[in-house]
Amino acid sequence: MSAEPILSIKGITKTFGGLKALVDVSFDIEKGDVFGIIGPNGSGKTTLINCITGFIRTESGQVRFRGKDITGWKPHKIADMGIARTFQIMRPYYSLPAFKNLIIPLWSPRARKTGGWRGGGKHGDRDTVAVDILEEIGFERDSRVPYKLASTLPTGYQKRLELARCMALRPDVIFCDEVFSGLSMSEIAGMVPLIEKMKSEGITLIMVEHRLRELFKVANRVMALNFGEKLTEGEPLDVIENKQVREAYLGSEGV
Amino acid sequence: METMMRKERIDRGLKVRTEGIYAINSAREILYLMGPRLLLIAGLLALPFVFEFAPYWKRVINIMCAYALLAIAFDFLANYVGLVCLGGAFFTGIGGYFAAIYNVNLGLPIYLSIPLATVSGALLCTFFLLPCLPLRGVYFAIVTLMYPLLFTRIIEALDIFGGTNGITGLDSFPNPYLEHYAIIIIALVFLFGMRRFVNQDVGLVLRGVKDNDQSVKASGINVTRMRIIAVFVASFIGCFAGAYIAHLYMWAGISLFALDFSIIPIASVVIGGGGTLVGAAIGAFILVPLSEILRAFGTFRIVIYCIVLTGFIVFKSEGIMIYLQRKYHQFERWVKV
Repeated sequence: MSAEPILSIKGITKTFGGLKALVDVSFDIEKGDVFGIIGPNGSGKTTLINCITGFIRTESGQVRFRGKDITGWKPHKIADMGIARTFQIMRPYYSLPAFKNLIIPLWSPRARKTGGWRGGGKHGDRDTVAVDILEEIGFERDSRVPYKLASTLPTGYQKRLELARCMALRPDVIFCDEVFSGLSMSEIAGMVPLIEKMKSEGITLIMVEHRLRELFKVANRVMALNFGEKLTEGEPLDVIENKQVREAYLGSEGV
Repeated sequence: METMMRKERIDRGLKVRTEGIYAINSAREILYLMGPRLLLIAGLLALPFVFEFAPYWKRVINIMCAYALLAIAFDFLANYVGLVCLGGAFFTGIGGYFAAIYNVNLGLPIYLSIPLATVSGALLCTFFLLPCLPLRGVYFAIVTLMYPLLFTRIIEALDIFGGTNGITGLDSFPNPYLEHYAIIIIALVFLFGMRRFVNQDVGLVLRGVKDNDQSVKASGINVTRMRIIAVFVASFIGCFAGAYIAHLYMWAGISLFALDFSIIPIASVVIGGGGTLVGAAIGAFILVPLSEILRAFGTFRIVIYCIVLTGFIVFKSEGIMIYLQRKYHQFERWVKV
C-alpha cells in the first residue's frame, strides 16, 4: 500500500424495500489495479457499481475518489471526474451508426478537457477520432462495420462499443459490468488483449465477472460478494480457495 | 406446388451513386439529390402567386406555415429528443401574448416585437417546463398538456391581459406579400436548419438522449441540460409561430391557447411521417387546407377528420414522407422465395 488509494469505498449499504442488496461493503482500489468482483447471481455486484457511479443512491457509506468525497454525486459528474462504466445490458444508441455513437462521449465536457478529440477544425474532427478509437477497440477501419447502425451489430461488437464509449472519455477508472458474458469463446479471446492493453495504459479497471477463468488471467485482486456482504478479498487464487466463496458458488460453475 | 413470392426492395443505382459526395459528377445525379428540395422550396415560394385571386386561400397559406412550424417543433422534440409535447398551444399562447404586450403596451414596432416575443417566450416556456425535464416518462407530456389550460383559466379568472377579450390593436404587416413571405421563408429556414441541427454533434447528443439517457449520463453529459437546450429550441420555433399569428390576426386572446395548436401539429406528424421533419411540414400542408375545405360541413368535419387520421394510422402508419422517400430511393420487385 503505497500512497492513497485511487478509489476508496467505505461501508456502502443499500436496501430495496426489505431486501438487503449491499451490507456495509468496504474496499480500496490502488491505481493500476485490475480489481475483480465476483459472486453468485443477485449478490449485489451490479448494485455496487450503480452505487459507486451514482446511478442509484446509497443509504450510508462513502465513496472517495483520489481522496475526494463523491458520494451522492450525479452520474454525469462522476463520469466527468474520470470514472467510466459499461452496462451489463448493452446500451448503445441504436438509431446511430457505430462510429456516431462515440460522438456523444467525445462531445462531453470531460473529452474536451482531456483532449479526447483534437479540436480546432470544423465538423468531421470528432468523426475521425471516433473511428480511431473504434479501430483501437477492434473495429476494422476499412470494413463496413464501424459505419453500420449500432442496432445491427452482433453482441461482441456491441460490447466493444460499450468499452469504446468509455475509452472516448479518457477515464482513470473503468467499471466493466460483465463484458465477457454472452460472448463466444473466440470473442472473449479477442477481448482479453483489450483489457490488458487498457491496463498497460495505466487505466484502473474494476471488473464484475462470472467468467472466472478469463477474469483471473487479468485481475490482480479479487473481491467476493454474497447476499450483499463482502466475503473476502485478496489474490485471485486465495479468494477462490476460500471456504465461504466455495460454498456460495457450490453447484455453479467451478474453476 | 404453389410458389411463394416475396417483395424485395433494392436501392436504385442512382441513389447508391449519389451517396458519397465524390460521386456527384452528372447533372442527373445533382438533380436527383436537389430535385425534391428545390420542388418544395419553389412550390412554397410560388404559393402566394398561385392563389393571387383567392384572398381567402392566401390567408390559409400563412396559417398553414405557422402550423408547419409547430409540427416541426413537435417532431423534433418527440422523435429526436424523446419528449412528447402535447402543448403546442402553450408555445403559441406565450409567444402571442408576448408579441401583444411588446407591440400594444410597450409600443414596439412589429419587426422588434416578433423577434423579442420569440426569444422571451422561449425563455419563459423553458422556465415553466424546467421541473419536469429531469424526469423520464409521461410527465413532460402531461405538464405540456396542462399549461395551456392553466394559462387560459388564469387569464380569465384574474382578468389580466384583456381577460376574455384579449389584447386588440396589434400592428398588421405593412403589406400582404411581407405577411406571406415572412412566414414562408422562416418556415423554410427552420425546416432546413433543423434538419442540419439534428445531424450536428450536439444534435447527435440529443438523439442519444432519446435512445438511451443512461448512456448519455455515463458519458459525462448532463441529460437535463441537453433537454433544456432542446425545449428552448422547440419553444423558440413555437413562440415565433404564436407571435406571428397574433400579428396576423392583430389580436392576442385566450384562443391562442386553444387545443387546435396542440392537436393539429401532432396529427400532421402522424400523417407526414415522424422523424423526418419535412414530413411534419408536409402533413401540415395537407391537414390545414383540408380542415378549411371541411369547414363547409360544420361540426361534421371532425368526423371526416377522424376518419382520415384513423385511416392513416391503420393503413400508412409510417406516414407520407417515409413512404415517398422509399419509393424515390428504392424499387420493388417480386421474387420467388
